[in-house]
Amino acid sequence: MIRTPLRPLARVLQARERGENPDLIERENRRLRQEAARDQARSRAETRLLALSLLFMCAFVVLGARMGLLAATEPMEVSRGASEDISSARADIVDRNGRVLATNMATHALYAETRRMVDPEHAAQELARIFPDIDAARMVARFTDPNRRFIWIRTRLSPEQMQEVHDIGEPGLLFAPREMRLYPNGRMAAHVLGGASFGQQGVRAAEVIGVAGSELFFEERLRDPARIGEPLRLSLDLTVQAIVTEVLEGGKRVLNARGATAVLMDVHTGEIISLVSLPDFDPNNRPPPPTEGEPADSPLFNRAVQGYYELGSVMKTFAVAQALEDGEVTPSTMIDTRGPLTWGRFRIRDFRNYGPQLSVKDVLVKSSNIGTARIMQTIGAERQQEFLRKLGLLESMPLEVSEAARARPLLPDRWSDLSVMTISYGHGMSTSPLALAAAYATLVNGGHKVTPTLLRQAQVRPGEQVISERTSQQIKLMLHQTVQEGTASFARIPGYPVGGKTGSADKPNPRGGGYKQDAVLATFASVFPSHEPRYALVVTLDEPVDTTGPEPRRTAGWTAVPVSGEITRRVAPLLDLRPVALDTANATLLAAQ
Amino acid sequence: MRSLLYLFTALGVIALAAWAYRENHLTQSAMNERSALEREISNLEGSLRIQRAEWAYLNRPDRLRELVDINFERLKLVPITAMHFGEIGQIAYPMPQFGADLGETIEVFGAIETLSETLEEQLP
Repeated sequence: MIRTPLRPLARVLQARERGENPDLIERENRRLRQEAARDQARSRAETRLLALSLLFMCAFVVLGARMGLLAATEPMEVSRGASEDISSARADIVDRNGRVLATNMATHALYAETRRMVDPEHAAQELARIFPDIDAARMVARFTDPNRRFIWIRTRLSPEQMQEVHDIGEPGLLFAPREMRLYPNGRMAAHVLGGASFGQQGVRAAEVIGVAGSELFFEERLRDPARIGEPLRLSLDLTVQAIVTEVLEGGKRVLNARGATAVLMDVHTGEIISLVSLPDFDPNNRPPPPTEGEPADSPLFNRAVQGYYELGSVMKTFAVAQALEDGEVTPSTMIDTRGPLTWGRFRIRDFRNYGPQLSVKDVLVKSSNIGTARIMQTIGAERQQEFLRKLGLLESMPLEVSEAARARPLLPDRWSDLSVMTISYGHGMSTSPLALAAAYATLVNGGHKVTPTLLRQAQVRPGEQVISERTSQQIKLMLHQTVQEGTASFARIPGYPVGGKTGSADKPNPRGGGYKQDAVLATFASVFPSHEPRYALVVTLDEPVDTTGPEPRRTAGWTAVPVSGEITRRVAPLLDLRPVALDTANATLLAAQ
Repeated sequence: MRSLLYLFTALGVIALAAWAYRENHLTQSAMNERSALEREISNLEGSLRIQRAEWAYLNRPDRLRELVDINFERLKLVPITAMHFGEIGQIAYPMPQFGADLGETIEVFGAIETLSETLEEQLP
């Protein structure tokens, strides 16, 4: 740096010549120098200040961000029993109105640490007194076995039992906190809920895991730590479920049926309002799976979902719907019903002779096998399969219970022309009551495919159009007439017009070949109110007999229909349905044609 | 001047250390309190769940039905059917209620007296 002298000689000399004061020059130069130094110092200070302020800003931004993050995170609450990496927490299950179907309850398990025990014999005797199924001698042997240090005695204790064990005063008997799955309604909706049991067990906690039904299907959802506090809301209605169970149980008892099942479904959303399968069980105390006999006779078997049976004449509705949809017939087309209809070695007969011909409507109303087979002859195997596939009857019907995916319909190996005819009236192909309810819902809701669900739906999401609105109207009228004029007279409920179709199928012989004598599966598939259906109800009774008449009656019209009618009579007022006069329903249906 | 600065710095460090120590303990006690509260909350939630389970158990449909049967004499509850619905027109329009029975004595204040006085004045 070139330093400018304060008193440059040349300028001083010039100034002296001019007679000026040379000190002024020095002063001027000093001023300039000081100004330069001041500017430099200021710019340096400014840089430092900037750097510092940046630093502080960064620090504050970090702090602010952290505080913001803390404020934004959801407050966390510890859940009970979450320790040792085993979480026993499990969300509640409630019905559509929020009534508790399954909940968790704190209880205790009992275990012994043998090293801490003071008087094993006394403890064993006292335990045997409290729990009658404990053998004192064996318990003493286990307590005094030098190889054992730790023994589980009981997985669940009631508060009274706990107090009694506490009163023994044995320091080696210890309690482990447990969460217990509780189904306060007992057997109600047992097949839907399934049941729960313990998974991994530790001293401080034990996993509660679902073993069947929706408990198993929604395992991840129910144990998701973020959604523990939010109950799983099912579409079931507990009150309706209770009534359906009560009526079905009564029907099963009176008609001496081996089993019974009922499915009540919303035809627009596919929500299952009620699903009952009898015999049932108590999910609080789930019986072990059967080791002998037919699995279908076990109370654990969910007839509505797993029970794929040949359901008989209820399937005729699908044949008629397809023929109407494809434009092959109209409701008034006359069909040749002279019998028997011979096909190779096979003969198709009717329950009774309906004369030489019937209209398509009467084929359904009077339930003529020959008529349905004739209608289907023109359609053929490929189109029939296509139609049944669209209704979802050729695959397992999905539902949010663990058993649903495992059960599949039985279909003919080779879909021959004979299969086409037998399937048209419900033999040669199996269907579950649940799938049947969904298919009937599809037919009457305007033709939109219905997928059954156990979850409460906020809105209607119409599925694929399977049949046209027009065909749907025609089917509604025919189902209505079947009840009003045909085989299902017991379903005429004052105030609630019902439409439906009966089916009485001979049960196939379990030893293979042919059908059993006097063993019938009676089904009634109905929709109500018939003029603008909102609910579909399928009732199936296994081997029912009505013995009130002079001779035993087994057909659905005498068994499944009265039970179904009683269910409708009882539940319809609870389902938000206003009673209507039969004439109004007739008029609405006829006007829509 | 410089020693004064050192003194103040040292005092500042001591003060900050004391403050940090205090904050640390406050935080710990707050955390203890928090976990105590959480325990209390989860205990309360547990008892709430038991209450709810008990409520559900006591209100289970089977029991309610039995209660209805037992108390039929008093309550006369029957299942609701289509017969229990009615039209608006079937409900009788409530008649206006008269509050006072005219047969009893009526207490009246004020006006009547003046009225009677005026009446007396008018009498011949």
